[in-house]
Amino acid sequence: MASLARIAMDDDELEELRSQLDEIIGFVGEVQKADTTSLFELRDASTSLLPELRNVFRDDGAPHDTGRFTHDIVANFPDSDRGYLRVKKILEK
Amino acid sequence: MIDLKNLTITRARESMEKGEFSAEDLTCAYLENIKIKNPELDAYLSVFDDAIDEARKIDEKRKRGEKLGALAGIPIAIKALIMVKGREINGASHILKGHIATYDATAITKLRDADAVLLGIANCDDSAMGASGENSGYGPTKNPLDISRVPGGSSSGSAAAVAGELALVALGSDTGGSIRQPAAFCGIVGLKPSYGAVSRYGLLALCSSFDQIAPLAKTVSDAEIVFNIIKGEDKLDSTSVGKMGNLGKAKRALKEKAGHTIGVPSDLSFEGCDPRVIANFKSQIKSLENLGYEIKDIKLPNIKYAVPVYYIILPAEASANLARYDGMRYGAHIDAGGNLLEDYMKTKGLGFGKEVRRRIILGTYVLSAGYYDAYYYQAMRVRELIKQDFARAFESVDAIITPTTAGPAFKLGAKSSDPLKMYLEDIFTAPANIAGLCAISVPCGTVNEEGKELPLGLQIIADKGCEDVLFSIGKKFLGEE
Repeated sequence: MASLARIAMDDDELEELRSQLDEIIGFVGEVQKADTTSLFELRDASTSLLPELRNVFRDDGAPHDTGRFTHDIVANFPDSDRGYLRVKKILEK
Repeated sequence: MIDLKNLTITRARESMEKGEFSAEDLTCAYLENIKIKNPELDAYLSVFDDAIDEARKIDEKRKRGEKLGALAGIPIAIKALIMVKGREINGASHILKGHIATYDATAITKLRDADAVLLGIANCDDSAMGASGENSGYGPTKNPLDISRVPGGSSSGSAAAVAGELALVALGSDTGGSIRQPAAFCGIVGLKPSYGAVSRYGLLALCSSFDQIAPLAKTVSDAEIVFNIIKGEDKLDSTSVGKMGNLGKAKRALKEKAGHTIGVPSDLSFEGCDPRVIANFKSQIKSLENLGYEIKDIKLPNIKYAVPVYYIILPAEASANLARYDGMRYGAHIDAGGNLLEDYMKTKGLGFGKEVRRRIILGTYVLSAGYYDAYYYQAMRVRELIKQDFARAFESVDAIITPTTAGPAFKLGAKSSDPLKMYLEDIFTAPANIAGLCAISVPCGTVNEEGKELPLGLQIIADKGCEDVLFSIGKKFLGEE
């Protein structure tokens, strides 16, 4: 799970987390006891769980001048090069 | 000397209008208090050095006879999760250390338009995950009423700032009780608006389907004034709603009848509750009855699943929301010396606090292929059942009351080693977030603990869009009318 979540943890913390997670999962697993048949009777189950959806659109155009935020955003990059975000290469030789 | 203790927005406004003190005087008084008390309380992460200039500008505007906003010269603290342009907004987490907000949150824009004076950034639990303030990456906030105790969380600094006279009001955010619980622990008023009432634009996302920005204040009237400024539909947050449909009922009742009906859930579990909280709650039911409200038993059969539902949906959404903090685009970057993936993992491992790491992993688990249906999907179903429970209840009552917390403020460190115990702090507050309802916590007396009077909170919950009902009952309850 830690590697799926891309979080490096040391063995001690992983061990501690293992027992805590068991306890938490056991607790939240209570939801499985709830009787949800009424939902299935009401509507198609696949749609009844979605929040009330509505589409929200904005006008199809430029919401702001190009580059208005660029400087501030780039300034927050840990590493940048002439306005570009610089990261380590991802393709290994 | 300005009497900060008894100051409210309305009183401060009147005094400034009459010329008893200026906005500069008021801001100075709070800055002076911050200087004295903040080293001990750790309510603020940073204080804006130009707050005085902002206050002076308001005074000049007043001198010139210009029209002033509803919060002219009112000093406000802002939780470290809400973007204030040009300021470091790190969510009290090391993962975002040094991140400078590139824009103002909509709520901040609205405060500025109302001529409020922003004092500084208030401390909170790391990424708003916690119920005590102890998870802050920059040190825990202390309860101003007893510094050996927590102020509650996650809006710990916001609550401590208001209760300790370090700000007149504060903005916090509430995902499962993060405004109401610290408000109760600190003896002030905390609002959780209906989902969609206040724009979330510029709020660091924890759980997008629960989060709301709202005020912590000393009175219900103050909370109402600030809420009326920051609420409203925003084209930058597609979940924000201007007018909410189908909400007429309780509001109509408010106008037509002098008294209205308050429901008490008969299936509320008081397991693990401080007996003094139960006794206090019973006496509050009596007080409300004496004020002319009709009290009615109601049933919320699925409320017992609220905390489990909450601690599935929240980590699920949080694990997705926080995935963006990879150390590449903002905040901390830790070079692990190897490839890009190793940098990601090391940055997240060291940047996120322990509770945040725990919840991301929990979220990853409940969303993983083999467990998705049993946990996340089932929680979404039960969420629907809880919503239906409330909808049914609001057919016969205008508001529902519960205690805000199971006990008074606890000692620093008392629950920090037991995550599950900490999760149960949300037992009374999480249901309103799950169902998207509005709720408010108002102070309702104190209990004596080691010679200190510690406040308790009464929670009032109303239907979506019915904040007016909360304000009406809250003001009457506190004798503000």
